[in-house]
Amino acid sequence: MTAHTGSVASTARGRGIGFRVGASFLHALGLPFLLLVIWGVATSTSTNRFFPGPLTIFEAFVDTWVGPAFVEDVLPSLYRLGFGILASIVVGVAVGTLIGLVRWLRELLEPLLEFFRAIPPPVLIPVVMLLLGITDTMKVVVIVSGAIWPILLNTIDGVRATDSVMTETADSFQVTWWERLRFLVLPAASPRIMAGVRQGLSVALILMVISEMFASSSGLGYRIAYFQRNYLIAEMWSGILLLGLVGVFLAVAFGVVERRVLRWYHGIREVSRA
Amino acid sequence: MPDRSTLLRVESLRKVYESTTGDVEAIGDVSFTMNAGELVCIVGPSGCGKTTLLKCLAGLLRPTGGLVEMDGSPVTGPSPAMAVVFQEYGRSLYPWLTVRGNVELPLRHKKLSRAEREKLVTDALEAVGLAHAMRSHPWQLSGGMQQRVAIARAIAYQPELMIMDEPFAAVDAQTRADLEDLVRELHATRGMSIVFVTHDIDESVYLGQRVLVLSKSPTWVQEDLAIDLPPERDQITTRALPRFTALRTHVYDQIQRAKRGQGVAPPLAR
Ligand SMILES: Nc1ncnc2c1ncn2[C@@H]1O[C@H](COP(=O)(O)OP(=O)(O)O)[C@@H](O)[C@H]1O
Ligand SMILES: [Mg+2]
Repeated sequence: MTAHTGSVASTARGRGIGFRVGASFLHALGLPFLLLVIWGVATSTSTNRFFPGPLTIFEAFVDTWVGPAFVEDVLPSLYRLGFGILASIVVGVAVGTLIGLVRWLRELLEPLLEFFRAIPPPVLIPVVMLLLGITDTMKVVVIVSGAIWPILLNTIDGVRATDSVMTETADSFQVTWWERLRFLVLPAASPRIMAGVRQGLSVALILMVISEMFASSSGLGYRIAYFQRNYLIAEMWSGILLLGLVGVFLAVAFGVVERRVLRWYHGIREVSRA
Repeated sequence: MPDRSTLLRVESLRKVYESTTGDVEAIGDVSFTMNAGELVCIVGPSGCGKTTLLKCLAGLLRPTGGLVEMDGSPVTGPSPAMAVVFQEYGRSLYPWLTVRGNVELPLRHKKLSRAEREKLVTDALEAVGLAHAMRSHPWQLSGGMQQRVAIARAIAYQPELMIMDEPFAAVDAQTRADLEDLVRELHATRGMSIVFVTHDIDESVYLGQRVLVLSKSPTWVQEDLAIDLPPERDQITTRALPRFTALRTHVYDQIQRAKRGQGVAPPLAR
């Protein structure tokens, strides 16, 4: 009987997701297409050279980024971004879990953490530059210094809010420390952790660009600033377009991972809504 | 020299919750013993300290005074000899694990081969009639089935004593009757020792071989009543027996006295 209702529920959910993905695809593409058309019409009647038309930018996009620039500028940016995000997640979750579990540590550090979180990360760039020079490490450190905070603070909150009955259950069955971490603390905190990662991703992208504009001889941020200084307007816009695409890719990749990791969480919400 | 078959001995147990707003004496002075293989029901009014008592038995709470002894040695913390089924099944099962994962989790640190572990899990889920739902998640199941999963988890752990805290308080009447019969069956077929806490008088008389009636807080054991109903029990015929009614009325009377803070009622006529 259970298996039956269970399978009915899951096929209904499957269809629901398929339908929703299709609908959101239309939504996602419909509006950009409309804007593109408006943009094309507006620029074809205007002579302002700072706002080239979509076709011009598309041509510049292909000319600029397809070729060696991809290896010289796009890949380094993506490396830095990837490393920065990875380090932020690993360090943020590890340290956040520790602080969330150890009460005195939490009470000691909480005001300090709020202070660090309040510092706008770009102001750290000159400092980190002095310490590490104009290196890739410096850029990764800048990215981490901004993206880690939402992840760290959300992890602390999530770990701390572990349900008392769930904890007592683990106590009564003498679940070991590692198993407790793996099967109770981290999954229980995972909705908060994922919310933190989502915020961290956008911060990371911003800091990647800013750190490259500040001090670099390669990268997307560097290229965009370079085009701007040399009045290569269509090229500059094509770089901004590429950044937007990177952002969209990050959001989509995050969505896929989140759907997997938090399947139970969304499942519960769906069940309780029904 | 303690009786050989004595499983659990509780002596002058006392528990005071300390807090900044004042101390709460939840348990005054509770003493009783329980033999291996017994099914003991503990019944008492809400807030009388039943959950507190259970947590002390299970080693989850440190008593303020007195002693809990399991198999002749004092209980100082959670023990592999005991498994607890909590009242709040929704918060005791882990929603990110499947039914199977939940039942398996406490076995992971036991030194068992993979095959032995699988067998224990399958066996326990079969015993509660949920073998088909192994791959479901708890939140896909009804409340009654979730509590069955919690019971399966306790069985698979192979404890000497299963401690259940108002496990069926939140399920509907029919499900509750089925679950009560499941507990009777587990007790009969597996020879499990069970402490079953409830605030439901009928349930305590129907299930138990013995019923301990608790006073209101600060708690002591108001009466230790042997339930002399036939061991084969049935939801309809047993509950219709005149003896059932007499026992029920007696316990009811005791609880009313407990609530009013009066002493012990006259002994029950045989
Ligand atoms: N952690 C706690 N801190 C302070 N008082 C508590 C705590 N837990 C329970 N109590 C108090 O102890 C008494 C007994 O509670 P409990 O054992 O939950 O009763 P029952 O399970 O019989 O309803 C109640 O008055 C309750 O308010
Ligand atoms: Mg209770």
